Amino acid sequence: MKVFWRGIFSSLTRFRASIVSNYLFVLPALIMFLTFNVYPFYKVFQMSFRDWNGIDPGGGTFIWLNNFKEALFYDSTWWESVRNAGTITLLALTLQNFLALVLAWIVDRGVRGAQFYRSVFFLPPILSGVVVGLVWNWIFRGEAGILNRCLTQIGLGGWTHAWFSDIRTALPALAVVHMWKGFGWAFIILLAGFQGIPRELYEAARVDGANEFSVFWRITVPLMVPVFTLVGVLTILGSMQLYDLVVVTTLGGPSGHTEVPMFTILRELTDNPRFGYASCLGVVFGFILVFVSIVQLQVAKRTKAE
Amino acid sequence: MKRWLVLSPLALLALMIGFGACKSRVKPESNEILFWHWMTDRDKVFQELAQQYEQQTGVKVLVRLYAPVEAYSQNVSVGAQTNSLPDIYGILGDTKIKASFIKAGHVLRLDEALDADNGAWKKSFYKEALETSYFPPVNQFNVPQGIYGVPIDVMTIPMIYNKKLFSKAGLDPNKPPETWSQFIEAGKKLKESGVTGFVSGWAEGWLIYSMATDLAHNLMGADKVMDTFRGKVPYTDPQWVELLGAFDELKKAGFADNSMVSMLNKYAEQAFATEHSGITFNGSWSINVFEGMNPNLELGVFRVPALSNKFPRTVWGAAGSVFNVNAKSPNKEKAVAFLKWLTEPDQAKFMLGRTKNIPATKGLEKEFPAIINDFAGMMDKSIHPSRFPVSEEPKVIETFTKGIQAILIGEKTPAIVSREVQAAKEKSLKLNP
Amino acid sequence: MIQVEKKMTFERITLSLRRILSSIACHGILATVAFTCLFPLVWMFSSALKTQRSVLTDMSLIPSHPQFVNFTKAWTEGNFGSYFLNSVIYTVGVVFGVLFIASLAAYAFARLQFPGKNLLYYMFLATIMIPVPGAVVAIYVLIMKLGLIDTRLGYILPQINGSFAVGLFILKPFFERIPIELEDAARIDGCGRMGIWWNVLIPLARPALAVVALFTAITVWNEFILAQLILQDQALMPLTKGLLTFWGGRLAQDHLMMAGATITVVPIIIAYVFLQKHIIAGATAGAVKG
Repeated sequence: MKVFWRGIFSSLTRFRASIVSNYLFVLPALIMFLTFNVYPFYKVFQMSFRDWNGIDPGGGTFIWLNNFKEALFYDSTWWESVRNAGTITLLALTLQNFLALVLAWIVDRGVRGAQFYRSVFFLPPILSGVVVGLVWNWIFRGEAGILNRCLTQIGLGGWTHAWFSDIRTALPALAVVHMWKGFGWAFIILLAGFQGIPRELYEAARVDGANEFSVFWRITVPLMVPVFTLVGVLTILGSMQLYDLVVVTTLGGPSGHTEVPMFTILRELTDNPRFGYASCLGVVFGFILVFVSIVQLQVAKRTKAE
Repeated sequence: MKRWLVLSPLALLALMIGFGACKSRVKPESNEILFWHWMTDRDKVFQELAQQYEQQTGVKVLVRLYAPVEAYSQNVSVGAQTNSLPDIYGILGDTKIKASFIKAGHVLRLDEALDADNGAWKKSFYKEALETSYFPPVNQFNVPQGIYGVPIDVMTIPMIYNKKLFSKAGLDPNKPPETWSQFIEAGKKLKESGVTGFVSGWAEGWLIYSMATDLAHNLMGADKVMDTFRGKVPYTDPQWVELLGAFDELKKAGFADNSMVSMLNKYAEQAFATEHSGITFNGSWSINVFEGMNPNLELGVFRVPALSNKFPRTVWGAAGSVFNVNAKSPNKEKAVAFLKWLTEPDQAKFMLGRTKNIPATKGLEKEFPAIINDFAGMMDKSIHPSRFPVSEEPKVIETFTKGIQAILIGEKTPAIVSREVQAAKEKSLKLNP
Repeated sequence: MIQVEKKMTFERITLSLRRILSSIACHGILATVAFTCLFPLVWMFSSALKTQRSVLTDMSLIPSHPQFVNFTKAWTEGNFGSYFLNSVIYTVGVVFGVLFIASLAAYAFARLQFPGKNLLYYMFLATIMIPVPGAVVAIYVLIMKLGLIDTRLGYILPQINGSFAVGLFILKPFFERIPIELEDAARIDGCGRMGIWWNVLIPLARPALAVVALFTAITVWNEFILAQLILQDQALMPLTKGLLTFWGGRLAQDHLMMAGATITVVPIIIAYVFLQKHIIAGATAGAVKG
């Protein structure tokens, strides 16, 4: 009897010891996760109910939902920044991804130099946003801007424009820079998607006498729906959270017409420190992003079902 | 082998902490003073002066520059939150922020040191320069009365013009515009002569705001401006609309640089120094920059032109680089002594020669280059928020400057902007009664 | 018969004509886009070789008097030398941290059993997909409370956290594909789990580790928001923040700024030219993470 119990006990401890030591392998990851994901997540919620300028000791005062009231109903600057990011996102979803789709399709069909084009198109995405912004800032600048100088030189002096200073062109110009940096991503993912489609399917369709267009529409598109969804979600998340380009090009100007949410949040944090309000904007923005992503996934699911 | 593997995470951690080299900024009393500042152009001079000071007294001053200004402010506010401010630093930002630093106990009240020896140190400064750091007995922030900062140098922000370009445009180089309509005429003539009439880095809101505040003082007088801040006069008042109308007029006259509202001030300085523009709105600190870029400039200055003749024309300024002493530092006496030395005439003269900023210390007027004399001569007409009895909410100021930008790009009319600013004002009154 | 043949050649000609035309159109589109991708970079490099004055007026792509001295000036006076060194330190630090943490965890998730395994795995993966923009605020407060503002560690740790999940996602399936017999052999030789991880899996997973390392390195090299918030001391700044500081400096020195920008992107471009395959593999895997 004694032997039996001892056996049970020792196998239990051995089992436990091995389980516990198995945890050791994920422990560093878990510590990181708890410190830099879970804690901040909790902290940002907690702070969003407080009014704190970051200097007063004690973390400021609890002010119920006042931050949310201000963010949701009073802060027109904030909503303009969300709208601006939304506009850029829409442009990226349509123009940028359409361009990427066309390019990926052409490259997938196997043109000469496909390798070269693929490399070049993926160059802008791996460059630092600060560098990209500075260089494009230079292109779009007023009198000294390269674009204006080029226009003058080829005799289109009348087309010169203060691109980043005019409300009609500032946001589109910023969107152009963002899409320039972003289309390579969409391109490379779409290309990987295209290349994952078995060639036999195309051959079979062609034998049936389908033309290029209907092959694309009837075979490629349905198979690509998950890839399209992925590209869509990534475009939304990336474009809505635009930040570095704005900091080195327009700084949100002219008159706030190119301000974007991340810019507004960080300004609340550094210029005129309002930690509570910045957290609150972060929470609101997080909800917006999750909501938009879910809508996108649902739409994709429905199209797939059809 | 196995033991080594188990130890490797620890080794990694140790390595990383080594990377961090956790700077402990709280030090016991020592012969070292830590000095933080934000002025790229004055860093070398500060370093040299610190060396001189060490030779003379044996006290080592560690000068640390943080740039750009945003990075500096952020570093100071982190320092305040973690109680790791240096011995000497400056607080940038409005009176409200200064007040919160003082109330959190980060700033030493300097009245004792200033009043010692019958107030010898206090008397050595321009009155306006010291007032920047003064809190009166009754103030809206409930800060105990006193002076909390030492001014090193001061600035004024007037209009600066290029005399050669004025002559070329057929304007009298010794008769700068005095009224707004003269300014508009001059700008148009400059434009006809082939340069832009006016440039300023108006992507930076504070530059717009300082000019607008000058205009407001001239148009309606200080009392009415303060009443607006208090919420007694609405921003929709006809005179505020008239003020915004001046910017509309500037836009319609079409002589200003058309990318001004997205221009950083240093690019405006570049445009002005390379003689692409006849007039700029900029501070006295820019003289050194202009001379560095183009030594052949002939410059003149004038106050922001008048919209009415009822009240005097003002100039934004007589504030400048102010330094505070950390009240929690064990070295605070040494820090005060260093600041006292730094503002003595010899050192002030040294800085003047190198950076051409107006010293806060009196008695060097004879040493001023002619152009600096012009800047300094306006000091008695100066206005600055740090000396206003009330301060405006940052959100309202932001709406106001953005509104002016919107007028300058032809997006909104003065009437619309005035309504928007008033709406922002009412909101802020509701949120912070 | 002859007519049929004629018709066929005619058809063949139109067909090949169409093919040529469409190929011209395709190459036209591709070449235009490729040109727009490259032009700003070429322009950046050429501006870096001009003088403070000619940078505003000279429109030539190859300046007549290239000022290579701009690079030395940017490197020393512009502080880009120290920024470069910092960027290297951060990149190396984060890459090793990520490789260590992600490969350990990937081994556990691929081979070992413990309760809550799936839940944990999906929680880690969720950190890639679910954005918490406001968390920047909280991470800032956290780093501040830990006293790590303006320290290298304070900049490295959050970035390790930001990248290890992607590494885990790439490595776990790779580990699963490694035949278990190899491990058995090692176990017979007396290796424990740590030993298996180090002696068997890590050497075999080298290609996957390279992908993770490169992808992480590029992310870290280009990182900006955290640098903006956490590092204010010029001696600690990486290139991105250094470049911004230079841009925000007192004087307009566009030629040196462009030299600095060139210094910032050249390592990435060189790595890209030689290791393109791994980088693209990492990037697509990193993107397909969902």
